[in-house]
Amino acid sequence: MDATTRRRLLMAAPLGIAAVGSGLFWTLLARMQQGTYDPHALKSMLIGKPLPTFSLPGQPPSAGFANTDVTAGKLPALVNFFASWCVPCIEESPTLMALQAKGVPIWGIAYKDSVAATTRFLNTRGNPYLRVARDADGRTAINFGLYGVPETYVVDRTGIVRLRYAGGLSEDSVRNTLAPLLAKLA
Amino acid sequence: MIPELGHFALALAVAIAAAQAVLPIVGARANDPRLMAAAPALALGQMIAMLASYGCLIWSAVVNDFSVVDVAENSSSAEPLFYRITGTWGNHDGSILLWCLILSLCGGAVALFGRGLPSALRARVIGVLGIVSAGFLLFTLTASNPFARLWPPPIQGAAINPLLQDPGLAIHPPILYAGYVGFSIPFAFAVAALLEGRVDAAWGRWVRPWTLAAWCFLTCGIALGSWWAYYELGWGGYWFWDPVENASLLPWLTGTALLHCAIVVEKRETLKTWSVLLAIATFSLSLTGTFMVRSGILNSVHSFAVAPTQGVFILGLLALTIGGSLALFAFRAPAMAATGVFAPISREGALVLNNVLLCSVCAVVFTGTAYPLLAALFHSDLSVGPPYFHLTVVPLLVPLFLAMSVGPVLPWKRADLLPALLRLWWAGAIAALIGIAAEAGLHRAFASAGFAAAAWLILGAFAELVERIRLFRIPLANSWARLVAQPLSVWGAAIAHAGMGVTVAGIAGMSLAASTVVAARPGQTIHFGGYDWKLVGLHQVPGPDYTAQVADLRISRDGALVALVHPSLHTFPQQHQTVTDTAIQTNVLRDLYVALGGEQDGQVVLRLHVNTMAPFVWLGALVMAAGGALSLVDRRLRVGAPAKRGAVGVPA
Repeated sequence: MDATTRRRLLMAAPLGIAAVGSGLFWTLLARMQQGTYDPHALKSMLIGKPLPTFSLPGQPPSAGFANTDVTAGKLPALVNFFASWCVPCIEESPTLMALQAKGVPIWGIAYKDSVAATTRFLNTRGNPYLRVARDADGRTAINFGLYGVPETYVVDRTGIVRLRYAGGLSEDSVRNTLAPLLAKLA
Repeated sequence: MIPELGHFALALAVAIAAAQAVLPIVGARANDPRLMAAAPALALGQMIAMLASYGCLIWSAVVNDFSVVDVAENSSSAEPLFYRITGTWGNHDGSILLWCLILSLCGGAVALFGRGLPSALRARVIGVLGIVSAGFLLFTLTASNPFARLWPPPIQGAAINPLLQDPGLAIHPPILYAGYVGFSIPFAFAVAALLEGRVDAAWGRWVRPWTLAAWCFLTCGIALGSWWAYYELGWGGYWFWDPVENASLLPWLTGTALLHCAIVVEKRETLKTWSVLLAIATFSLSLTGTFMVRSGILNSVHSFAVAPTQGVFILGLLALTIGGSLALFAFRAPAMAATGVFAPISREGALVLNNVLLCSVCAVVFTGTAYPLLAALFHSDLSVGPPYFHLTVVPLLVPLFLAMSVGPVLPWKRADLLPALLRLWWAGAIAALIGIAAEAGLHRAFASAGFAAAAWLILGAFAELVERIRLFRIPLANSWARLVAQPLSVWGAAIAHAGMGVTVAGIAGMSLAASTVVAARPGQTIHFGGYDWKLVGLHQVPGPDYTAQVADLRISRDGALVALVHPSLHTFPQQHQTVTDTAIQTNVLRDLYVALGGEQDGQVVLRLHVNTMAPFVWLGALVMAAGGALSLVDRRLRVGAPAKRGAVGVPA
């Protein structure tokens, strides 16, 4: 290879790097549209570990529950953090109702919310939850490493957290992420 | 009516940009002076259209026209006027319009201040800016129109995100964008040079002031963002290695490299292809930084939510701009030969080292930011956190800081290292003493090394000045006369380098910071960090569109009162959001920082920090930007400014 060719190749290298980079982004964007890649499927310290220890008071009329209640019940199960003041929570409620109709046990934790507001929320949007507990000061949420509401955790048959989903669930995310995982864990 | 006028002005700007993209470049190619002369007029026309368009958006927000989607979603009549105006860029559509506005201002600036440029070069530069403008304006008009109407209009708007209701953050986007978009001018110069097939000393001289101006804005923008995160998020940290933060750091690193490289092009006519590549890379990274955040691929606290179709459009635009310029580079650059030669140990050599190190830091940060995406591509899950960045960036900074003080005292072309080092012996000795003293007192190696580095940088920054005025080698009066006669750019460089030292001192100090989280009842005293923090009381205060819970704390040391602080928690009922308002009491050398958490059973959660030297982190950045600005007003750097203006603007 002579000097000129080498120089030409060298000068073309940035273009090559940019091409590879845009290929990468293009693939991710395409996958995002197909639903096979979701940046909201956050990694969490909890994945592969048991649920953190907690014991929360109930949202009347529901009784409260502890982490041991979740693992003693039907598994796999979902633990869903929500709040009446959060818009994505309102948006995801039909999806949760549909999941509940299919027999998926969902444990709800009302995050930093008053009893009255939560009651109103459950009365107007429907109550998909097996039980609803109140995390009024958000300390349990800290132990979960909550990023924001809503967030959903999938607990497998052995009581280990398998997925953390940050943000509202939708039909798409259930079809592409949650349903296959639940089927695998069942 | 007004929003429609804004919409129309936007469409007009697209049309003008399209003409600006084609006519001047064709004219420069055909050597047609009439077509080339159209360039500045078109650039100014686009600028005026964009000013009108953005003015209409602001007007809609000011008069609370909630039939405009953008206003309805991000503004409310309960807000102060200031936040109604700044709310226009606190969202996706409006911020892109602001981005385009600043790009058109850049075109206008070249048209106004570039009268000294050769007409073919000026036409090409404006033409290239027109191409970029046309693409992004078309995106705004078709995919993210901020003037879209809503029917029926709501009675009240949804109001701005309370986190953004803060003066620091409100002015952050325009400054940051001025930095990002400002690099479009060096980019346009680089592409124009590739089109012409020529880069010479004059090119370096023309590019430098534009680069410097953009760099100053970017420096301020990054510092402002970091400061905001510090006092508003209530976590007590100043840099979280979040993808969005890293995205702003990347162009800053290559921009700094370009700034130094342009000096070599100007003085020694070498490193030309490298400068062109840096100019392209810097703007490419700015674009990637601004728009990758909007494609929805990255997951960050700062990101805007957008539809995937917009992501495809944006990626297409990026590919066109970046790919197009790099293809041109691959095609044209091999023909551009370097002329100046230099020995490895010389001013040029030091600047090459600076470039290599800065670009290495950039590569390392880029890798850390992009790696989770790469991993996602292969279906593995991982995140890259601060330990990676600390482990990889710090070792690169050590030689960079060492060279930062040595470089400026080296002569051009060929130099000996030993005499240069001898000239710096005093700076080295003082730095070493400070490091040893710090280590003896603190037993914290990282902080001690940081303080030594800071001293080395600050003292070393002024070594060249000391050298130039021959301090203590000629009578002091003569030295003084020489000092006064030094050009502003020499001062600017010294101050900017010293600013880096100030920031390093702040970072070293912050590594000593201590924090704790406690639950306290009114009347309780907490002993922490050598201070007594007494929670005196709690009370509620109503605000304009929020209610605040305020805690009163009395901080004392050995019985003597240090400060009374009032951290609070603002609850915005309309947005259902709470925002912490931290209380910071500073004496510059340390910050006492208190953030209030939630209340339960009469107890409140308090987060207490003693942040050593925290203000230095941002002060240093301000000093750096001030150094840059000082260089910018130096008459010798100001190319293309008419003589009259220069005489008025520069103090004698």
